[in-house]
Amino acid sequence: MTTPATPTTPTTPTTPTTPAISVRDLRRDYQRPRSSLRQRGPVVEALKGVSFEVARGERFGIVGESGCGKSTLMRLLAGLDQPTGGEVQVEGQTVSGLPEKQLGFLRSSLQLVFQDPMGSLDPRMRVRDIVAEPLVAQRLPGRKARVAELLEAVGLGAEAGSRYPHQFSGGQRQRISIARALAPKPSILLADEPVSALDVSVRAQVLNLITDLVSDLGLTLVFVSHDLSVVRHVCERVAVMCDGEIVETGPTQQIFDDPQHPYTQRLLRAAPSMRRALAGAGAADLLGDPS
Amino acid sequence: MSAVAAQGLSTHSPTSRVLDVNGLDVRLGRFHLLHDVTFSIDRGERVGLIGESGSGKSLTSLAMLGLLPDEARVAGSIRLAGVTYDLVGARERDLAAVRGRDVAMVFQEPMTALNPTMRVGDQVAEVITVHSGRAGPDRRAARARAVELLDQVGLPDPGDAAKAYPHQLSGGQRQRVVLAIALANDPSLLVCDEPTTALDVTVQARVLDLIVRGVAARDAAMLFITHDLSVVATVCERVLVMYGGRIVEAGSVSEVFRRPRHRYTQGLLAASDLDSAPPAGRLPTIRGTVPSAGAFPDGCVFRSRCDHATERCATVPPWTGPGPGEGFACYHPADEERA
Repeated sequence: MTTPATPTTPTTPTTPTTPAISVRDLRRDYQRPRSSLRQRGPVVEALKGVSFEVARGERFGIVGESGCGKSTLMRLLAGLDQPTGGEVQVEGQTVSGLPEKQLGFLRSSLQLVFQDPMGSLDPRMRVRDIVAEPLVAQRLPGRKARVAELLEAVGLGAEAGSRYPHQFSGGQRQRISIARALAPKPSILLADEPVSALDVSVRAQVLNLITDLVSDLGLTLVFVSHDLSVVRHVCERVAVMCDGEIVETGPTQQIFDDPQHPYTQRLLRAAPSMRRALAGAGAADLLGDPS
Repeated sequence: MSAVAAQGLSTHSPTSRVLDVNGLDVRLGRFHLLHDVTFSIDRGERVGLIGESGSGKSLTSLAMLGLLPDEARVAGSIRLAGVTYDLVGARERDLAAVRGRDVAMVFQEPMTALNPTMRVGDQVAEVITVHSGRAGPDRRAARARAVELLDQVGLPDPGDAAKAYPHQLSGGQRQRVVLAIALANDPSLLVCDEPTTALDVTVQARVLDLIVRGVAARDAAMLFITHDLSVVATVCERVLVMYGGRIVEAGSVSEVFRRPRHRYTQGLLAASDLDSAPPAGRLPTIRGTVPSAGAFPDGCVFRSRCDHATERCATVPPWTGPGPGEGFACYHPADEERA
């Protein structure tokens, strides 16, 4: 079904043979609550056997529409949920099936940035405590200096630490989330729609920050988005998800220039583009069929 | 010039004006939220209103429907074709008669725009009966008309869909219902406030197509509000760029997006053009963020974030251009040499 494309040459070859993330035939079924006394509730297959590998230092994109299983996949990668079948390995170590207590290695090597910064930042904590939280949880020393360093790195300045999340704008909040994710010096960053809630001018700032940090720190990036243009800009390789499956995967350029799967073709056509619009394309041209 | 723009310019005479907004000025508490907003829309014309959050787009759209908060102090005028009175300062009873009949709105969030306890068919029928008076269709006829409208917006199996409650429909289907309600009385002006922002790309494509068809079939005027520039370029013929409660640039889509003059428009276009930037390379940005209401600078509203700002910008730049529908307000416009 899905053939992971040949891994591109890793930019940071520590142990070049083990990929940063390896996913094999990953399945996740959800049992819906029963609605009848006689029948069990229906089973929803959120992931129907997904396999792919992300090489170290690679910027990997996952695109798909709501309900395609992107977020389920992210939760499984981060060890926040257990799969019903298949396996997730992060840097050679199995994640799936392990209890939270044994996931310490994952928490220090893989961190998350979520879409809604307000929903993922505790409104009652000062920014410095938010950023320090992963350090506290992992009992890492030198918190104060590290927090100041991180806040500088994301362009907020150390003095931002004494304020609360509500005192920041959406883009600044996303910077706080990024600082927190980078606190334990992870090697992998999972970003789940990190710029979808931001305005255009701020989106560009945050995208610049993410790409700068990823290349400066040699991070592996898994970037999930429904916005094709953003994924195209950020990622080297893309997987297109539809209905719990990866329907197409390959180098970004190839997927965007020559999509093979009908769903990918439809998705690309449906995304409004300034260039095509100025060339005379109207709303009807976004649809696959002329009907 | 693109085919779309050419088509937009050729067919309309000045007499087919649908909406005329003149010097609209809104203050709320100590905040001066809209400054001298002037624009007009002709019959069959699709106009986009773009800008980032906090620039006053939604406030403008609410003003078109007389939905501004009671304590807002509004000056200027909003005239609508077929309505004898000015919408600014009109009595609530008069505004209620206009809303949903002459001007209708498609909101961003269909779940909050629809009544969760009412079947969607009844909600469409309601807007028909409310405006038809005693001589209008009876309930059965209104229901039949509602099913017809739901069919027009591409709801599968409209007869059954009319009996559904909003929560039983998907986001795209709900937005179609909202569109059916908005189009029910063949309004002369359709205002769309971020109608597809909450939708997936393929669903967005369907809904945008339906909106454009619905408006074209009625030869209505459309004001389309969004922060997504490529959506505006796809759907609209003309565009108004708003920042800090002022219209800073206006013109045809092909002109403004190909050759922006105001520095804000230029920055916005550059920041959103991900196709031209090198892969994973740096994107051009506008420094800082949109100030909160009341924190915009005097003079040119954009000067606190503009790289070209000089002392001159401390006074409000005059409008440069042949009319309110085409031009810009900037002392240091981009592309000066070609002007």
